[in-house]
Amino acid sequence: MLKILKYSLFDLIRSRWLIIYTLFFLIAGYVILYLGSDISKAIASLMNLILILTPLIGTLFGVINYYNSREFIELLLAQPIRRRAIFLGMYLGFSISLSLAFLFGIGIPFLSYGLWYSGEISNFLSLVVVGIFLTFIFSAFAFLIAVYNENRLKGFGISILFWLFMAFVYDGIFFISLILFEEYPVEKLAIVLSTLNPIDLSRTLVMLKLDISALMGYTGAVFRKFFGTSMGMILSYGALVTWSVVPVLWIINKSRNKDF
Amino acid sequence: MIEIIDLFKRYQRLEVLTGVDLSIEDGKITAILGPNGSGKTTLIKSILGLVKPTSGDIRYERDSVLGKWEYRRKIGYLPQIARFPENLTVRELIRFVEDLRNLQGNSEQLIPLFELENSLPKKLRFLSGGTRQKVNLLLTFMFDSPLYILDEPTSGLDPVALIRFKDLIIKLKDQQRTILFTTHIIPLVEEISDKLIFLLDGKVFFQGTCQEIISDHEELNLEKAIARILSNKHHAENIEI
Repeated sequence: MLKILKYSLFDLIRSRWLIIYTLFFLIAGYVILYLGSDISKAIASLMNLILILTPLIGTLFGVINYYNSREFIELLLAQPIRRRAIFLGMYLGFSISLSLAFLFGIGIPFLSYGLWYSGEISNFLSLVVVGIFLTFIFSAFAFLIAVYNENRLKGFGISILFWLFMAFVYDGIFFISLILFEEYPVEKLAIVLSTLNPIDLSRTLVMLKLDISALMGYTGAVFRKFFGTSMGMILSYGALVTWSVVPVLWIINKSRNKDF
Repeated sequence: MIEIIDLFKRYQRLEVLTGVDLSIEDGKITAILGPNGSGKTTLIKSILGLVKPTSGDIRYERDSVLGKWEYRRKIGYLPQIARFPENLTVRELIRFVEDLRNLQGNSEQLIPLFELENSLPKKLRFLSGGTRQKVNLLLTFMFDSPLYILDEPTSGLDPVALIRFKDLIIKLKDQQRTILFTTHIIPLVEEISDKLIFLLDGKVFFQGTCQEIISDHEELNLEKAIARILSNKHHAENIEI
């Protein structure tokens, strides 16, 4: 598995798309930092960008990467290696290289701006951790969608719909359900619903860390009460880990009996 | 020796292999022929474990290979489509496959044979289709295996590479290696193969030497014999309708 991870990483870090992705974060980071002149505000502004972009790129590049490797996977499958090692190695190689691109793109502007002396390190780290989690989660779903769909067009379509649903449609349903049931105690429903979507969960975690939960009004107070406790934190990070691990196990299980 | 026993493969509603029984002898060159969709690729992918058969058994050196992976150490496989990680160079790809197999391949001998010296430092995405096929051949033949399975090995090769490929195959046969390949090019079959397996609608329609198929159908050459088999089949189908 490590050998496949190594070469897949070696291949992807030289891909043009990954370099463009890194440059994008690099430029966005510098622009936001120098326009706002405030690290704390820059973190809050970048949060929204990261919450939309890391899932999108994870999903799209993940599907493209799998379909591009489709024929090479056949060659690997004919080698004396286990299927599990091939898929795990390819998935990890992909999500690690995407995470590295994100980390460099976002890290360099902040470090050069003086992150070390700003007292915002832990806030910045929570942003980075969330971005990496989202990259891993959405790359895994992209691989899963591609493993299930031999038809590339269908795979692309489903993966874009999946991203759209998680990034936008889900919030709409969430919002409507809160309004519809406003006469009932909806705190628990709100907490459960936000745990069921990794993007919402990440947003809540970063906002609470940045201490801007007042922006979320009453729900913010409820979230503060739940996620602010160490138990709440453990549960929410646990949920992110579950979101990352389950699709990978699913990929391994699906690939075991798949015909290539 | 490879034995295939009553092999069936169904993809959802599509039956691709419908009871294949055959054996492939050691030290011989065996060609698998058949029209498009007759199950050639599915058959060789089943031997390699890429496709999981619906029922039946595949034995290599008397042991069933189903659900196993270690036996692939003894097989060199050439896939039909030569596509590799785009940003690796040819040299890095060779190292990668050697690493995976934990073996040092004899690429040094094969690189001049397929005139790949200048391509070694190039990234794979810059190579032409024919050159990628040569890299594909190199990756397959750089390890000494008792069995080679080749899926349409000559596609995209220029005449010089084709001649060298044929020489290589004959040399390997002289060294008692077993070679199994699929193709549509009938003169190639006549020229190099010892035995021929003709698949039709997921079944073995004929297996034997080229001479046998020609004399059985009272034709002058293999191409005509195969054309006759196919036209007889169409004729039979029309009568059934």
